[in-house]
Amino acid sequence: MAPDSPPAAPERARTRGPWALAGRRFLRNRTAVAAAVVFALIVVFVLSAPLWADRVAGTGPNQSHTLEKIEVGGEERDVVSVEGLPIGPQWLGAGGKFFLGADGRLGRDEMVRLMYGGRTSLLVGISAAALITVIAVVLGLLAGYFRGWVDTAIARTLDVIWSLPVFLIGLSVGVSLALGGLNLGPVELSGGSLLIPIGIIAIFSLPYVARPVRGQVIALSEMEFVEAATAQGAGPLRLMWSEILPNLASTIIVFATLTVANSMLFEAGLSFLGAGVQPPNSSWGLMVSNGVGLLNTQPLLAIAPGLMIMLTVLSLNLVGDGLREALDPRSAARVEVRGGTIPAEGAEGAL
Amino acid sequence: MARFAARRLIGLVAVLFAVSVLLFVVFTVLPAQNPAQQLAGKNSTPQLVASIEEEWGFNDSVPEQYATMMGKVLTGGLVSYRPRVNVLEQIVERAPATLSLSIGAAAIWLVLGLALGYLSAVHAGSWLDRLLTGVAIAGVSIPVFLIAPVLLYLLSYKAGIFPSAGYEPLTGNPWQWLTHLILPWFTLAFLMIGIYGRVLRSNMLDVMNEDYVRTARAKGLSERRVMTRHVLRNSLIPIVTLFGLDFGATIGGTAIITESLYSIDGVGNYAAQATANFELPPVMGVALYGAFFVVLFNALADIAYAYLDPRVRLGEAPRS
Repeated sequence: MAPDSPPAAPERARTRGPWALAGRRFLRNRTAVAAAVVFALIVVFVLSAPLWADRVAGTGPNQSHTLEKIEVGGEERDVVSVEGLPIGPQWLGAGGKFFLGADGRLGRDEMVRLMYGGRTSLLVGISAAALITVIAVVLGLLAGYFRGWVDTAIARTLDVIWSLPVFLIGLSVGVSLALGGLNLGPVELSGGSLLIPIGIIAIFSLPYVARPVRGQVIALSEMEFVEAATAQGAGPLRLMWSEILPNLASTIIVFATLTVANSMLFEAGLSFLGAGVQPPNSSWGLMVSNGVGLLNTQPLLAIAPGLMIMLTVLSLNLVGDGLREALDPRSAARVEVRGGTIPAEGAEGAL
Repeated sequence: MARFAARRLIGLVAVLFAVSVLLFVVFTVLPAQNPAQQLAGKNSTPQLVASIEEEWGFNDSVPEQYATMMGKVLTGGLVSYRPRVNVLEQIVERAPATLSLSIGAAAIWLVLGLALGYLSAVHAGSWLDRLLTGVAIAGVSIPVFLIAPVLLYLLSYKAGIFPSAGYEPLTGNPWQWLTHLILPWFTLAFLMIGIYGRVLRSNMLDVMNEDYVRTARAKGLSERRVMTRHVLRNSLIPIVTLFGLDFGATIGGTAIITESLYSIDGVGNYAAQATANFELPPVMGVALYGAFFVVLFNALADIAYAYLDPRVRLGEAPRS
């Protein structure tokens, strides 16, 4: 180190970058932090499914126990009664077996199914949201930056999707493909593939993210720093990648979080009606639809997966809201002016 | 105004055409399986499949097949195959249940949502305002999948206050009609109450800063009159559009799930059962006829908006 180097380094060390500031703001928001903890716990819950299945319940999510008996407090009990009614929640009475009871005539362990079903629900929700975010950002950048016919083509397509009755069409695609799968030249999917619900959700939820991103790209590309970069000779790729994209980051993060929640609701709706995740795969929406028939005798079969959907969606919405406030300090003012912080005024939010 | 309406109606036709092409692709081009087999459903006989193939002209060219499908839809000739019944007749028969459900729910969410929104805008920052925020967040996060089982279990199976399921026609016994629909109405309305409250509240806070509100106060109008005549009236305009969109989305989305949860034998439940049996013609029919109403409501909402707010039809963007 040269002794006469300027003392700028310690000065800079004390100032915090925008991300660190946002992180601090987020951590000060107790509701958002609590929601993030809840979401993390849900993720841990579903990831530990094999652990619970092997070590505690000793069964898999699709293993039937119809004719078996389990020992509860030294007493033998049928998993499925002679009348075909499943056993109720045993909590820890049977050593963790049938913690939430059995799921119906097939006598499968509801707790194990809840954990594995959650994996599917989260996997579909997160994959769809990731797909939506990536496509929306690419389309938004192209449309907002190039304008002209590129913009017209992209914006009109999004408008058409926007004005479609998305749930009805999503439902139709779901049933049509669940039966025989998809066969489009190189793309071949079997009817039970998770890519079908993921694709449906991604296509029909795209405008909810792509439209605002496009709007923001248009606003950003008129800013002076973009002009400055152009003056320095930056080409379109560099402008989009290193000037506009970083400024979109906070919007993208917030939308991605909220989109996971909305995609999970969309998936639950499709699966509930039988047009989403297909058996033997299970998902929370599918489990609600199986449980509703037994609501009178075993209410938890419908309520437990419903509660999991709610907890996940609520925690993601609160985290998303917290992120919005943390990443954009002016958002508090914006809430007063614009339509509130509530996401999802559209079709999948309407579930 | 007439030109705006005409333009919007042409847009409506374009969207409907897009929907029909999309559904045609979905039902006959995309699936890996023989479309006749698809239409017939899971457990159909080869004879049935062959007769459907003949009837729908699946060996014809693609445009001809599209024409066949649209011919069936437009003339009401769509038939479900097991049992062989006319889809349009089935839908018409079930429409009153669906309309009772969605119109009742819409009335509840409008009245409660707008009342909450108005009060919390007038008393911004009060406990009522915070309550509304809570209701709004709960509304978007608590899915019908949880509300319906919990309400059904507690209020119907346990407490026995409401009947558990089914639908009673209004023309038969109005009291039964009402008690059977109360839980489904609130299930469906719950999501929207918070959203409408929040939207009206922020619109009103916005309008309160307008010059004409200051003018109204300056000329000595009572606060109540300023609020109702000047602020509320102008804040309701964007709600019209929102309502058109949401009412359509409700009929084409949440109502299907709610009907199925409460075993209301409406159009949505019809589609849900067909879905569960993988029978396509009813799904196709509900999707196409449903799409017509959804798209029509969107267009009507836009036209109403343009009528109420001249800036829209003059091509200027509305403020919020």
